[in-house]
Parts: sequence; C-alpha cells; structure tokens
Amino acid sequence: MKKEYTITVYTENQIGLLNRIAIIFSRRKINIDSLNVSPSEVESIHRFTIVINETVEVVRKLCLQIEKQVEVLKAYYNTNDEIIWQEMALYKVPTDAVAEKLQVERLLREYGARAVVIRKDYTIFETTGHREETDRLIQFLEPYGLIEFVRTARIAIIKASSGFHDKIREFEAVEPAEELIENEFLDKGQAVFTM
Amino acid sequence: MSAIVKEISGSQAVLEACIAEGVDTIFGYPGGAIMPIYDALYDYNDRLKHVLVRHEQGGIHAGQGYARSSGKVGVVFATSGPGATNLVTGLADAMIDSTPLVCITGQVFAHLLGTDAFQETDVINITTPVTKWNYQITDATEIPHILSKAFYIAGSGRPGPVLIDISKNAQIQKFNYEGYTKCNHIRSYRPKPIVRKEYIEAAAQLINDAKKPFVIFGQGVILGRAEKEFKAFIEKGGLPAAWTILGLSALPTDHPQNVGMLGMHGNYGPNVLTNECDVLIAVGMRFDDRVTGRLDKYAKQAKIVHLDIDPAEINKNVTATVPVWGDCKETLPLLTQLIQEKQHKEWLALFNQYTKDEHDAVINAELHPTKGELTMGEVIHLLNELTGGNAIVVTDVGQHQMVACRYAKFNETKSNITSGGLGTMGFALPAAIGAKFGALDRTVVAVIGDGGFQMTLQEMGTIMQTGLNVKILILNNRFLGMVRQWQELFNDRRYSFVDIQSPDFVQLAKAYGIHGASVDDRELLKNALQTMLDHEGSYLLEVMVGKENNVFPMVPQGCSVSEIRLK
Repeated sequence: MKKEYTITVYTENQIGLLNRIAIIFSRRKINIDSLNVSPSEVESIHRFTIVINETVEVVRKLCLQIEKQVEVLKAYYNTNDEIIWQEMALYKVPTDAVAEKLQVERLLREYGARAVVIRKDYTIFETTGHREETDRLIQFLEPYGLIEFVRTARIAIIKASSGFHDKIREFEAVEPAEELIENEFLDKGQAVFTM
Repeated sequence: MSAIVKEISGSQAVLEACIAEGVDTIFGYPGGAIMPIYDALYDYNDRLKHVLVRHEQGGIHAGQGYARSSGKVGVVFATSGPGATNLVTGLADAMIDSTPLVCITGQVFAHLLGTDAFQETDVINITTPVTKWNYQITDATEIPHILSKAFYIAGSGRPGPVLIDISKNAQIQKFNYEGYTKCNHIRSYRPKPIVRKEYIEAAAQLINDAKKPFVIFGQGVILGRAEKEFKAFIEKGGLPAAWTILGLSALPTDHPQNVGMLGMHGNYGPNVLTNECDVLIAVGMRFDDRVTGRLDKYAKQAKIVHLDIDPAEINKNVTATVPVWGDCKETLPLLTQLIQEKQHKEWLALFNQYTKDEHDAVINAELHPTKGELTMGEVIHLLNELTGGNAIVVTDVGQHQMVACRYAKFNETKSNITSGGLGTMGFALPAAIGAKFGALDRTVVAVIGDGGFQMTLQEMGTIMQTGLNVKILILNNRFLGMVRQWQELFNDRRYSFVDIQSPDFVQLAKAYGIHGASVDDRELLKNALQTMLDHEGSYLLEVMVGKENNVFPMVPQGCSVSEIRLK
C-alpha cells in the first residue's frame, strides 16, 4: 500500500550529489513531492528531507540505492507517525484589506500566524504547520485578495533520533562500528533505521 | 610520501597518479581539450603504454576487456564533447557489469563552462547515472587527491566505472606537487559491509539441513578473487553449482559439480531444478531477469541464501531467507567452516539426467552435426578441442554469444569476457584488444556475429597499429540472428529488418593487414580454426553458419524457468 514516507539523508556537501539522488527517483518514474536540502547540525554534513508517496518495499530499495552513492553517509525512511514535521508558508495580502476587513487578531490566534512585514500596500504573514494547516490559511485569505503565496519543503525530525554527532565519528573511523551497517535483517523490529 | 616539493603541471600529475596506481596500459584518443595531457604523455612514453584506438567507444570497451582479463582497473582517456559522449555506452556497460574503470576526459577551460564553447558538453551530468562516481576538476591542485579517490572507488567494494572530467586550464596549471598518496578510506563510503556471524551460522544451518541444495554463482566470485574459496565451499558441501553468464569461468567448466548455465538460454537442469531445490544459495549474483524468468514463479519452494557485497542487491528482486552481506572472499571460508562434509549424489545425478536429456534433444545436434549447414555450436566445440579450454573467449551479443557461453570450455578464471548486463553489440572486438593487453601471455579469441562486428570493426585499425595478436572468429549467419529467432518464434516469422548484408570480411581484414579466411565446409573447419590459432599475429576467420538456426533451450520471456523449451 502506498503512503507518505519521509526520507532523511545525511551527505557530504558535494556538487552534483543532488542530481545523483534525484535521478534515483526519476529513473523509476517516482515523483518527489517535497525536497529540502540544508546543512545539518554537524559541520560539512548536509541533510536531505525527501517526501514521496510509495510502498514500503519501494522506499526501502530507494534508500539502499541512495546509501550506495559514494558521498551519502546514511539514509533513513519514516512514516508520518515516526516524525515531527513542519512546513513554513508566507502569505502576501493587500494591507488595506487586512486593516479594514480582516480580523487580524483571529488570524494570528487561530492560525498561529505572524506578521513579518507590514507596508502601506501589502502585508506578509508567516505560519508554520502541516500541509492542511497552511492550506486552510490560504482558503481563509483568498477572499481578501491573496496576492502571493509560497511554501517551503517539509523539514522533519525523526522522533527516535539522537542526532548525527556521534555517528559522524564512527564514519570517520577506518574500521566502522557495526551499528553503521545496521539494516532490517540485522536489527530487530522497531530498531530498524533508527538512529 | 616524498617531502620534496616540485612544481609540475596538472597533466603530469594525472600521469604520475597512473604510475603510482600501477597502470601499465591506457586506451585513448586525443583531442583539443585533452591535448595538455597528451603533450605530457609524450615524455612518459617509456613508463605508460598508450593504445590509440579508432573510436572512444572502442577505447572504453578495450578498457573493460583489460580490466576483466587482468583484474586491474582499466584506464581510458578521451577528449571533451563528442569524445566524452562516445564513452557513454561503455560506461553504462561497465556500470551494469561492475567493471572497474577510471575514465579521464578533457573539458573546456573552466571560464568557458556553460557558454556552449566548442566541444563543450555537460559530461558530468550526462554520465551521472552510468558511473559509480564522477567529478569535475577545475584546479590542478585537486588532481592527486581526486585521482587517488577515483582509483579507490573504481576498484573497491562492488567495482564500477569512475569518470574524472578535467578542464584544460587545470591540465596546464603548474602547482607544488607533494607526491601521491593512495586513498584507502572515504568516510561516506563503505565498500564492504561487516560480516555478521549470526547470518553465516543461519546460512550454514540451512545448507546443512538441505536435501536438495543448489548453488548459483555470478561474477562476484571473480571480482572478489574468491575462486578457490568458492571451489572449497561447493566441494565440501557436495553442492551442485550453476553459473550466470558473468560467473562463467570462475569454476572450471569440467568440474564435476559444475552443472551448467542459468537463465534464458541456459541449461535444462539448472533452470528446471531451480524450482525444485529446497535451498538456493546465490553467490555474488543479482537475480537478473534473464536469469530468473518470471519472478513470481521463481524458486518459490526454496529457502534462499544470498551472499553479496552490495546491500542494495539483497531483496532487490528475490527475497532472501538469510542475507549474507560481505565480500565473498571473507564470507565463503566462514561458511565452508560451518557446513558439513556431504555428497548429494542422487540430487547431483538428477542434474546429470537433465543434462543427458538436453544432449539428446539439443546439444548433440548442435555440437556434432554430420550434414547440413555448419552450426555455431560445432565451431565452439572444435575451438575447445584446439585451445584445450585455455583461451580467453570474448563474445559480442546475440546468438553466437549464447552459443559460445553455453559450449565454451574454461579451465581458468577471468577467461569469459562478454557484455552481459547491457548487451552491447560491438563490444567484442575492442574488448578483445583490451583483454589481450591485460593478459599478453594468453590466447584471446573474439567470437563475434556478422552484425556486431560491423558496429566496431574500425578497431581492426588498432590491431594493425599495435601489431597485437587477437583471433577474430566471425560466426556469420547473414542475419541479425537473435532478433530473427524471436521474430520467428513470437512474431509469425515477420522478419523485420534483420536481413543484414555484410562486406567481404576477409578482404576488409586484409586492408588492415590482418590475415584471414572464410570457411563454409565442415571438412575444412577444424583446419581453418587450427590455422587461425597457429597464425603468428592477428587472424580473422569467418565461418558461414546456418542462416536460420535457433538457440535452444529457451525460457520465453514472461515464463517461469521451469517452462524452459527444448525446441
């Protein structure tokens, strides 16, 4: 059964690696629904957060193909209940509409929104949340002349994760710790792909 | 290494890296963007042998042949633009067949990147899907470090092709060279998974409990240099073993436990009994669709032990009961230690019974015909007799490839060189050239069809210029035989563009200074082959074989391996 999976990949910061990872999906005609790449908590290590809709078998194989890339340190996949995730959204609306018609107070309270810029001609609100939450705010603002809207990719933290600081030391060792080659065969049940 | 710092050019650094890595032969073709490297090569002529090919595709296939006959990393030079794009087929071939290569391409000056400069092409992005790793160098100081990584990545773990694109300014640039240090660790790269004892134990348990164990092996045994370990393993367990096309020659073909070839045109017993064994032990192979046939009817009754160095291969096509990650050079001896000494006489006899049936139905007629047109099988059979199974046989792609792999005898490993995964027509001639350079003391016979030969026959020019001794055996059926066979069997004999005309190959060879002959008479065949083998230097022998002979047995596409057809 297909469902939403979040793939987290730790990599070196290398030109061309984004393409190497992207073509693993496109070769199999799999759409990437959301993609975020940014520096991780460990210096020089980048973190990819990729969201796709696929079966667990396919996701597992994709992660192994990703990990096979020379500059990839580790790839994890998780269902939505195993992660905490957020997307950020910016909304640009005419200031007069905001000032006159909109109940700004309600907006701020109900949607957790924040005004980033208030100018004579337009105001920009920001909010973070799940897709449905940011979508709801679009619907709310549309009648007031929403000028522009943008949303970031998903960023996610794996609930069971203890970070990558310790891991990187193990990677740097010439003789890796056994844990680094953990996989669903070698490790039992819930411990699979946890960090 | 050396503390003496000297100033050298990027080009010199490339060649110093090759020397430090023990490279003795480079296959290449010069051009504008790689001229500085070729200029430097002029002074390295005494230490590095460069083979000028006639087309970059020929160069990379030669590099592949060299890598596969020698077990070393093949090195290929090409220029930017068309030079680099001509490498793509070979890269894809090397990628899917896990062949270690380092390809160095020239690139336009760094300041011209992205300007559509003359002979500029985005080589890195074109080659990304078909390389294990690639990298663009625009500063000479990167060269020693990046090339050491390139050789390490190409040759370690599951091998594969690496491409390094070097802009012209970096080739020219002088820098302080501090010597070359071989790479042996990259923190994000794990060439070998750690061997886990519990899985070796579980695998041994399955094998010890098995009544009908069956080993299938691939090129992993050769790439892991584990031929001895493999032989010890199957001998102790009394395990029948069958090979994939790339595993061929890892175990001598006349070994009593070698039961033959797997897959679409493999042997009868190994295919049928795949669906009767109780434990299937796969060693260094990847369950290609040409081996498994219909997956949902493949070895469903069996427990599966899968030994592979590449974690991504485990459970990719066939679900393993016990996965044994690791280099088979390490895992096989551990497994051998734990398995009981056994002989599965009745089970092995069953394979022999199927072999007998196949002999009666197919093989006898193919190898020992007494009348009618010549068969490909009898040519290979005679070749076996004359070489004693000691030659390296390089094959192209198609019917002759299947026949050669089915019937060729091999005593030594690294003797069968063929394009298995990609199925690249035109592979054999250049690969044979490379194979010869990789094993100068061995006889190299390139078995090629009339179609495939015409794809890369310009490499006869390379043979001419190098004075190399390669035997070219063309099995000419005046058809693109494999496609014709499928059209006959599955498209109601609608022979759509498979009727291919050929030039006079013997005359063509003569134009390149290569002696040759053509034979279509059974009486003369053996002598003709003997003449080819005895000839000092390269020789082309064309054998006119039956026009519409088919390769059998055959597992038709979409069928299970047990539905293999004998006719």
